[in-house]
Amino acid sequence: MQRVAVIDYGMGNLHSVASALEHVGAGEVHVTCEAAEIRAADRVVFPGVGAIRDCMAEIRRLQCDELLRSALTEQRKPVLAICVGMQALLSRSEENGGVDCLDIIPGQVKHFGQPLHDTDGQRLKVPHMGWNEVRQTRAHPLWQGIPDNSRFYFVHSYYVHADDRALQAGALNYGVEADAALARDNLFAVQFHPEKSHTAGLQLLRNFLEWNPAC
Amino acid sequence: MGLAKRIIPCLDVDNGRVVKGVNFVGIRDAGDPVEIARRYNEQGADEITFLDITASHEGRDTTVHTVEQIAEQVFIPLTVGGGIRSVEDIRTMLNAGADKVSINTAAIVDPELVRRASERFGAQCIVVAIDAKRVADVDGAPRWEIFTHGGRKPTGIDAVAWARKMAELGAGEILLTSMDRDGTKNGFELGVTRAITDAVDIPVIASGGVGNLDHLVDGVLIGGADAVLAASIFHFGEYTVPEAKAYMAERGIEVRL
Repeated sequence: MQRVAVIDYGMGNLHSVASALEHVGAGEVHVTCEAAEIRAADRVVFPGVGAIRDCMAEIRRLQCDELLRSALTEQRKPVLAICVGMQALLSRSEENGGVDCLDIIPGQVKHFGQPLHDTDGQRLKVPHMGWNEVRQTRAHPLWQGIPDNSRFYFVHSYYVHADDRALQAGALNYGVEADAALARDNLFAVQFHPEKSHTAGLQLLRNFLEWNPAC
Repeated sequence: MGLAKRIIPCLDVDNGRVVKGVNFVGIRDAGDPVEIARRYNEQGADEITFLDITASHEGRDTTVHTVEQIAEQVFIPLTVGGGIRSVEDIRTMLNAGADKVSINTAAIVDPELVRRASERFGAQCIVVAIDAKRVADVDGAPRWEIFTHGGRKPTGIDAVAWARKMAELGAGEILLTSMDRDGTKNGFELGVTRAITDAVDIPVIASGGVGNLDHLVDGVLIGGADAVLAASIFHFGEYTVPEAKAYMAERGIEVRL
């Protein structure tokens, strides 16, 4: 039985993430910003919705950044970051006029830019909203049982580009080439919403519950 | 290959029951929105839109409860619309498990609501619903106007200009319904669909009038829609979601199969 803490810094509803984790077999899911609960959890999910400036302000005010760093580097627990939770891990985001983020993964969060076009010259809408293919750029336990180029549900106007290209685990092409997934040691971060991505997303969450990173 | 065009079944719900009827093979309770949503989820629908037409205030609590139940069991995005008047209403629906909330009349009464909601919750969850009807041409060019009250009440607002304004105020998506076509099964009003998809950079969902699978194809290929919404063709079992997707894919449209 797995105990999962979903870090809640007050930005939006996290019940979907919790329901999906319960659906795939997590024994106990705590949506929380309590240090004790996060410390006691076997695994940690770091979600996020909304604008980055407000997210970062709340993450710092509630000291979720310290709890996250502790889970990652001291307790060395498996951590899954989702959407704005992923973006918050990077060094800096262009959103809201430029916001410093956690710098856990060196790199930038950039706007898709307008006008945006695909390789055929078709105009692309922003936000990038809907089911996009994700190319698995390297093998990883979280991709187990998920066919390469499966579609996941995205909704975002800013995209991630990590400095260390070796960290990319999944790529997304939408006018630009972006990081759909990054992986380093016990951390896996995704731009899409696995909790909204039907069978592929549920499989990724199931894999997360079974993941034992050696680090 | 990249982003798929979305197919979105729509449920009209009154006091916790799906109206307009649903006719799936083997469904136990044709009026239960939770069971129907689950069925569409299994069929591979890309999202579900839940349109609340409950008139009474007490009935709204039922709606919240229904949204909670759907969100616990359906792992695709859920949009809730109908009767949303305030930031507080939006918050209630998002907390119940909606991923997006659709605002219609309230945006006309108070356009700044869109800005406030977008700043507070993020553009990604704010959908502005536009009910448009064709009115007399101006200088030979077609013109569409926003109507309220189920298409009965004109507002004098130009639909294309309105879509642009809503996008500027922070809408993340437009749900465009042609009131000339809604319920007719004659297909989308492609003129207004094209005009609005060209006018804004945010995604546009076409709605109103779908009677067959060619209509879905036209909505994307001619109307330029990013997503197509339909109710009765799916509810009455005329077509399944996989049939619709296979048909669209054969015509070169990128869909999630």
